[in-house]
Amino acid sequence: MKFRDTLLALLIGLGLWQMLVIVTQAPHFILPSPWRVALAAYKSRVVIVENAWITATEVVLGLLIGTILGVATAIQLAISKTAERLMLPILVFTQAVPVFALAPLLTLWFGYGMGSKIVMAVLIIYFPVTSAFHDGLTRIDSGYRDLSISMRAGTWHFMRHIQIPQALPSLGTGLRLAAVYAPIGAVIGEWVGASRGLGYLMLLANGRAKIDLMFASLIVLACLTVILHVAVGMLASRLTWYAQGTSRP
Amino acid sequence: MNTSPGITLRGQHRIGDRVLFNADLHIPGAQWTCLLGPSGVGKSTILRLILDLETGGDFNGSIAATDGMPLAGRISYMAQSDLLLPWLSVLDNVCIGARLRGVAPDADRACDLLRRVGLSDHSGQKPASLSGGMRQRAALARTLFEDRPIVFLDEPFSALDAGTRADMQELAAEVLGGRTVLLITHDPAEAARLADQITVMSAQGTQNWPTPETAALREINAAETLACQARLLSYLRGIAA
Repeated sequence: MKFRDTLLALLIGLGLWQMLVIVTQAPHFILPSPWRVALAAYKSRVVIVENAWITATEVVLGLLIGTILGVATAIQLAISKTAERLMLPILVFTQAVPVFALAPLLTLWFGYGMGSKIVMAVLIIYFPVTSAFHDGLTRIDSGYRDLSISMRAGTWHFMRHIQIPQALPSLGTGLRLAAVYAPIGAVIGEWVGASRGLGYLMLLANGRAKIDLMFASLIVLACLTVILHVAVGMLASRLTWYAQGTSRP
Repeated sequence: MNTSPGITLRGQHRIGDRVLFNADLHIPGAQWTCLLGPSGVGKSTILRLILDLETGGDFNGSIAATDGMPLAGRISYMAQSDLLLPWLSVLDNVCIGARLRGVAPDADRACDLLRRVGLSDHSGQKPASLSGGMRQRAALARTLFEDRPIVFLDEPFSALDAGTRADMQELAAEVLGGRTVLLITHDPAEAARLADQITVMSAQGTQNWPTPETAALREINAAETLACQARLLSYLRGIAA
């Protein structure tokens, strides 16, 4: 049922796009038709797959590193009140700086390769992951806290056996957001300075007025993001089922 | 288990400028004390003070065990909510205290306790699959696993249906025998059945209430149990007004 609905929505979207092309009579270098874009995607499939692979690698590595850093920071903030007092305002303040504005600096520091794009993706997802997980860790059921005090629990053991498992659904929420943000970070990094990746390919196609190739790259990027979002969503659901002690409904 | 000591609590508890209670409470060792009183009078605060939990107020007075030893680490606690961790099996929930202290749990003893509370067949299940009564039995096994001489019960049976509650009262009386038990309850019938000492708490302070002549655990329908329950209910309705 869900697959059928998705397919139907896709067909409606394509239909509307085609209608727009017919109604506006826009030239193909402004608004190519879906068929033309499909043709361009097929002709340039090798180039698109090569560049998509680069972007996907940047996004997945950024997501992994950003998640590890975010989780470690959230745990540190939840364990140490001093760290929470000192670091939380700094973390919030850093959000006032648009991460996109840092892209030229990151390219300067980490070069034109994958490094600067991975750092960009890490920076863009670090705060949502940290914030969501920290929120889950600190919103602990007071009954569990009382019980653990009466049981003479150690801080780390309480964290490991109660706080972290209870906060997993919150981490899942942060990861869902991160899965959508990470490709944005990687592509912006590619726009600022790169010789590979879907962002680079889009700029290249735009510069050569190959708008059909640009659309094809954009659609592949959207597909990558959707696949990542679905995969992370499944992981997040598993975390929630685990924390609730239930099996898949 | 060590010899079960009694507890004395004397003093005043304030929340801001308001005096919550003036208490002079003696909980005898190796007996069941049931603490009753209107909502908001400070019954759970007394329990939290002795457990050294956050109360949101200031206590000026003394809390001590009758054997002169520190109370810390000698009290286990069972709340109204079962507080089972949903991601762990029943068996792992019973052992959680050991894990929280960073020591290897004695799984054989945990299995034996689950057998005592009638949950042997459910040790591998998650709490979500258990009924309310079964969950409270698992919480009781977890309390017993701590093997402390003093046990605090904060309305642990209040959310159960009448039949299950009576079963749980009998099970608790059996498995907690020989320990110093403080049971906070709103139910005069529960106090009349279980208590060796009944203490009523009101804005004026704490006072002991006469218990039936017969020894606890008393029959639900015994004349002295019912009479005690009725007198207690009348009194509580009077002070609640």
